[in-house]
Amino acid sequence: MMLQVANLSKVFGGLRAVDDASLQVEQGRIVALIGPNGAGKTTLFACIAGFHAASGGRVQFLGQDITGWPVHKISRAGMVRTFQITQPFAKLTVHENIAVGAYQKFHDRHEAWEHARAVARQVGMEGLLAQSASDLTVAGRKRLELARALATGPKLLLLDEVMAGLNPTEIREIIGIIRAIRDSGVTVLLIEHVMHAVMSLSEHIYVLSYGKIIAQGTPQEVVNNPAVIEAYLGRGSADHAADKPTQVAHA
Amino acid sequence: MTSVSELQPIPWKLHLSVLAVAIAFPFVFPSSFMVNFGVLALFYAFIGQSWNISGGFAGQLSFGHVAFFGVGAYASTIMQMRYGISPWLGLPIAGLAGAFVGGVIAVLSFRAGLKGSYFALITLAFAEVLRIVSNSIGITGGGLGLLIPMNIGAQNLQFAERSGFYFLILALAAGSVAVAEWMRRSRFGAQLAAIRENEDSAKALGINVFAEKVKVMLISGAIGGIGGCFFAQYFLYIDPLIAFGTDKSVEMLLVAMIGGAGTVYGPLVGSVLLALVSDVTRTLTQIQGLSLVLYGALLVVIIAFLPNGLIDLFTRKRGGKPERKK
Amino acid sequence: MFGGFVDANIIAAAAINGLLLGGIYTLVASGLTLIYGVLHIINFAHGSMLMLAMFGVFYLLTLLGIDPYLSIFIMVPAMFLFGYLLYKGLIGRLSSGKDENILLVTLGLSILIENLALMFFKGDSRTILVSYSDTMIQVGPAFVPLPKLISFAVATGLCAALGLFIQRTDTGRAIRAVAKERVGARLVGIDVDRIYAISYGIGLATLGAAASLMMPIFYVSPSVGHVFVLVAFTVVVLGGMGSFLGAVIGGLIIGLTESFGGLFLGESMGQIGISLIFILILLFRPSGLFGAKT
Repeated sequence: MMLQVANLSKVFGGLRAVDDASLQVEQGRIVALIGPNGAGKTTLFACIAGFHAASGGRVQFLGQDITGWPVHKISRAGMVRTFQITQPFAKLTVHENIAVGAYQKFHDRHEAWEHARAVARQVGMEGLLAQSASDLTVAGRKRLELARALATGPKLLLLDEVMAGLNPTEIREIIGIIRAIRDSGVTVLLIEHVMHAVMSLSEHIYVLSYGKIIAQGTPQEVVNNPAVIEAYLGRGSADHAADKPTQVAHA
Repeated sequence: MTSVSELQPIPWKLHLSVLAVAIAFPFVFPSSFMVNFGVLALFYAFIGQSWNISGGFAGQLSFGHVAFFGVGAYASTIMQMRYGISPWLGLPIAGLAGAFVGGVIAVLSFRAGLKGSYFALITLAFAEVLRIVSNSIGITGGGLGLLIPMNIGAQNLQFAERSGFYFLILALAAGSVAVAEWMRRSRFGAQLAAIRENEDSAKALGINVFAEKVKVMLISGAIGGIGGCFFAQYFLYIDPLIAFGTDKSVEMLLVAMIGGAGTVYGPLVGSVLLALVSDVTRTLTQIQGLSLVLYGALLVVIIAFLPNGLIDLFTRKRGGKPERKK
Repeated sequence: MFGGFVDANIIAAAAINGLLLGGIYTLVASGLTLIYGVLHIINFAHGSMLMLAMFGVFYLLTLLGIDPYLSIFIMVPAMFLFGYLLYKGLIGRLSSGKDENILLVTLGLSILIENLALMFFKGDSRTILVSYSDTMIQVGPAFVPLPKLISFAVATGLCAALGLFIQRTDTGRAIRAVAKERVGARLVGIDVDRIYAISYGIGLATLGAAASLMMPIFYVSPSVGHVFVLVAFTVVVLGGMGSFLGAVIGGLIIGLTESFGGLFLGESMGQIGISLIFILILLFRPSGLFGAKT
């Protein structure tokens, strides 16, 4: 088991942003975390990756208890997250951005730079290497987030809404890229709102609502789960949806 | 549109050309006045590089950089006057003293999570504490300061010919450029740039932000300290105001920012310009303070219109405004 | 230094002097904390602007014979106008950038102002003498120069007035709204940019008042801004950025610190108290006494 989150809670003042959440990610899988806006998904990611100190619960990664570890230590252990609101190194070029990630794996400049180039090729950014990161479009920045994290040679990638703001063509491309990443041996846990992408990519889904995990299972199971439908569409809509079993709710 | 890559090495030819010009300078302009000009220009380029390394490369703005300078100046001078230790040894001693203070300030401040403006202000306070202490205790000569006995001789780091000082500071300044250039090409430099641009992303990519920030302050402090030793030997006098007063902090910051923070030659550009403006205004107008008025105004203008410093004029992107830090 | 036991009277006198000075520090700090609370900028030029205002008071007396306390009526509106125009002309354009950029701009301004002063006024310190400079009034066990008492009283009054202004008037309410929630304030129709300019103007206006109050009991020279900057920032950081109450309590504490520091550690070492407080607060309780927890 690559990642085991047990009874994680995060309290901000009076607000329980994450409430007793548990999830597991098996090695080599693509697992999705979905839920309505404000459900606490990014907060959960932040706690898992060490950006917030959890108010309760434990996180185990590759058999080690990493609860309370500093962010960089978790990253070096092989778990790397991307950010929902992209945070590129604005004054550096795309190549330099990715190289920073590569430097985690390779200490030699030449090797890091070459590895960065290879990763850029992997995500389809090879033409943009010399461009300043601040000049990129939204899609470019999302890809850069992905490339940077990938360059570190992670075992588990936490992707936070990497498809937000992309057009259908770009989404199709990213889906392919993520699948290829998984096939190359990286486990993926992703937060996503683009439902058809979630359905086609993930093997297992967790649904978060008001900080609680309200459902989990295969895509088919989750989509037909009345609690999930209610979480997205409101109370009573599960009964409506029961009349149309093949409809998939787009967030 | 492409931009000048920040971490790309500068071609050797450029380095060698600058070095050649610098070496030739005292032969082309051998007058005492000009050599003094050269010494001061290189001196400010050197201590400006100290600021540049932590402020420009790593993005940790400091308003109290004089602390390293002053500690180095006092350390080497006290060692010399009290224990007869050669000022040549004083150079590395000053470096260690500056590094030590840099490390202490860094560990305390970064442990407490200070960054940005708060870090800048706390460095100011640390420098002020050092000024007050050095003004109040005996070993530093209190308010009277320390006067190094004149004892001309290269072995005492008091050169008969001013050009002796010139070549020493040239060697030091060249060394600081080498350090900066090495940083640009290295993993360390890339990580510092990442820290400067976005600490959270840097952490997420495995960078131990705290440790790297402390390391850069150690290096920056060392350079500042060595500058202090040189200054003490050149002028043969230091006191609390010279060693820890805000003037040097301001000058270190100004030459680096105006020349181009985060670039290898920024401090040199800024320093030569400041020395020129200083000399020109003093000779033409006899007005005290005019050059700094201009420099203060220049800083305001640059932050507003040329956030990357004057170097932007040399490396401006084709057809566009220079990048703004957002 | 210590040499035996310390006379209770001397301590009391030091305390009184400290509180009196602290009252003026509060006035200086309230402008700084207002500017931070509303505009979220650190006005590093605060000290040099106070210095400039003090030169203004000095020349109003020496050239036009205007009593420093009366010059308040000139200095306050003049500094307000100066601040308002400075915001509109320069600071406002840059407030959307990184925090540090504004800090650097205000640093640049302080360098500019300080060296302009050096150019025009030369480096010597100046003090002023008025007819009542040497009149001493007894306060408890201490004998206090009359100007110090007047300054304290006026400073206290002005702080109270400022506090009332912020609490009771429409503009004051608008200022509080913008400080708390800028976007919301804009949505209810408040001209945020105008409020910013007004707030910066008020921030400098307090310096105009403080200058009138400081000149009779202190000295001015182009470099005196450095002293004030550190004091003002320490008060604000101690009290809590953006907190008016904090500026009041902080001002008094710092006044006392300076007074007792001088008493117990001597004139030179005594100044260390303020810098140490600043460092300790930033390291261990950066939100200060009453500031918002970040």
